[in-house]
Amino acid sequence: MKRNMTGIGEWLDHRTGMPTMIRQFLYEEIPASSGWHQIFGSVAVFLFLTQAFTGALLAFNYAPTPGDAYNSLRYILTELTCGRLIRGLHHWGASMMIVVVVLHMVQVFLYGAYKKPREATWMVGVVLLLLTLAYGLTGYLLPWDNRAYWGTVVTTKIAGQAPILGPYLQRLMGASGGSVGVVTFARFYGMHVLLLPPATLLLIAIHIYLVRKHGVAPQPGDEAVPKQQFYPRQVFKDTLAIFAAFAILFVMAVAARVPLEQLADPTDTTYNPRPEWYFLFLFQFLKLFPGALEVIGSVVLPGLAILAIILVPFIDRGQIIKVTRRTFAGAFILFAAVGWTGLTAAAVRSTPPEDKALAIDYSAPTDWMHLTPEEMAGVAYFREENCIACHMVGGHGNKIGPDLTQTAIHKDAAWMIAHFKRPSAVRPGTSMPPIQLGDAELNSLAAFLLKLTPENASALENTPDFATQGALVYKAGKCAGCHVVNGAGTQFGPPLNGIGKRQTREWVEAHFADPRKLVPTSIMPAYKLPQRDLDALTSYLFALPDAPQQ
Amino acid sequence: MSETTSRRGFFIAAIYGLGGIIGACLGLPALAYLLLPPKARKEDEWIEAGDVTKLAVDSPVELTFRRTRVDGWKVQSEKSTTWAVKQPDGSVVAFGPQCTHLGCAYHWDEAKNDFLCPCHTSVFSIDGRVISGPAPRPLDRYATKIEGSKLLLGRLHTSAEAQG
Repeated sequence: MKRNMTGIGEWLDHRTGMPTMIRQFLYEEIPASSGWHQIFGSVAVFLFLTQAFTGALLAFNYAPTPGDAYNSLRYILTELTCGRLIRGLHHWGASMMIVVVVLHMVQVFLYGAYKKPREATWMVGVVLLLLTLAYGLTGYLLPWDNRAYWGTVVTTKIAGQAPILGPYLQRLMGASGGSVGVVTFARFYGMHVLLLPPATLLLIAIHIYLVRKHGVAPQPGDEAVPKQQFYPRQVFKDTLAIFAAFAILFVMAVAARVPLEQLADPTDTTYNPRPEWYFLFLFQFLKLFPGALEVIGSVVLPGLAILAIILVPFIDRGQIIKVTRRTFAGAFILFAAVGWTGLTAAAVRSTPPEDKALAIDYSAPTDWMHLTPEEMAGVAYFREENCIACHMVGGHGNKIGPDLTQTAIHKDAAWMIAHFKRPSAVRPGTSMPPIQLGDAELNSLAAFLLKLTPENASALENTPDFATQGALVYKAGKCAGCHVVNGAGTQFGPPLNGIGKRQTREWVEAHFADPRKLVPTSIMPAYKLPQRDLDALTSYLFALPDAPQQ
Repeated sequence: MSETTSRRGFFIAAIYGLGGIIGACLGLPALAYLLLPPKARKEDEWIEAGDVTKLAVDSPVELTFRRTRVDGWKVQSEKSTTWAVKQPDGSVVAFGPQCTHLGCAYHWDEAKNDFLCPCHTSVFSIDGRVISGPAPRPLDRYATKIEGSKLLLGRLHTSAEAQG
């Protein structure tokens, strides 16, 4: 057996030369000073390959056109096994890759490893950093939610400010005049998956070739000690670092839910776009240059900074490479880090806190949006009465009582109400306590429970509190006497689905207080609601789907 | 080579071990993602396909109707057809519109009194049995239900399922 394997190895070596090549790669001699500080390059390559892998997996279930992009991503997140995990890996992997590439550069900078003869290696590396940022910029648009759309509107406007080249850059991005649309989307997607990956692969190959050609940069004193081999000691260190990075990435993908906002809405005038965290410092930097000076902060200075970084090996021609004596380099990195942190912190501070209570997570099932107000009020009572303490709903809760999603146990509403009032009268021997609610409340509860199925159970857990509270206010105000929501109610006044498209929040709230002031012919009575109820009701109405589900 | 053999062995084992864990953590979710079916969504149970009173006994008619089909992230409303045959007892047999060989559309041959598939000349009798040709099983049938004069179609079954 072993002889056979050697035979195959020899044959392969003779015909392809691969085994020898791999051996030469692994047993490459590296300076004795090499060690933990040189792991970042390997981690960056690993993260790039992980991004390529998860990206390809996402592409297998993703339709790259606006509208479809959003729906197919929702399908990945809500319907496919591990879809959320894979998107999480891709999303957080992108951030992590930026961090690691920058750390790699900082290490090379501090150790002066860009000095003669390694100038070209450094410059190719800077281009790789720019490519990494380009992935972030183009990938940001692909979910086609509000965040993606409005973020890209700002990006293309900034590109348009570039002196002379601006309009051409915008046209290249498919966003002539700064209007983001289907062409922009196609260009960004094409860049992200067709142009950037092969360019990155090629440059990584050149980068590694150059590292090998010139050898890993030594530190003073290395000449006196015998060299070590790359494999297995350094490979072990690289692998351990890769493993640590992957462990962090995996935990983030599992634990930190990547949100999906609502479908991109170009008419949304209230949206406050913010770039990805690693671009926040540029966003804040821009604010330092008001009016006509803006182009300096958005294009000129960032452009000069990139040029300066590329030319670092020619600017710093000193001989010192001992890291502890490179005080100027160290001070420069410190200055850059403080500047970056300060700008980023200022940008975060200036971001109005997102109203978490009103945020809807579209990366989870949203079946709750299609419940009638009566059923939605039932969800509120279900939560108030803590039914979940004894009953299973879609795999959650306790097993003392029956699983309420089983349609087999659903009886008619009258039976259920009788059961709620005196459980033991309808089901002798049951340990369920009577529910102390009035008929109207029990009616809602029954309506909701009759709607429960194994398919929509998980969606009901996602019902935000403002929706259940809003439905209670809706019910208390007897709104269904004149209005239709999700197909239920009386069509006396206008249907309330899609009200968010027709009116602003302020208008709706003012209208509750005094309908006739805004619509003189209105016969709707005024509702003087406490602020909390008003907020819940308005948010609930604005979260309704534009059209009832068929 | 200053390292002892055992130290070297530990490095190599760790490289393969950690690599294997990473591979499994990426590979297994990828397989689940690609191979497991999406969460089931409800499809229409019974679809109205036509008027039974317009059918004559033992005279197959092709009925066209619309049905919704869940296709990935889309719910499509699409045209579909069935060959409906009214039975002497008043019930209706509704065949799926595709030949059981390779899925071509077959038609009722008025002159010969049988269903003929133009692709590979499979021939089926009026009750769906294979008379000749390469078709491996009788024509598939929809579950049917009659409400008033309306013919309702349910799921499509292969003939083996329908019998069992």
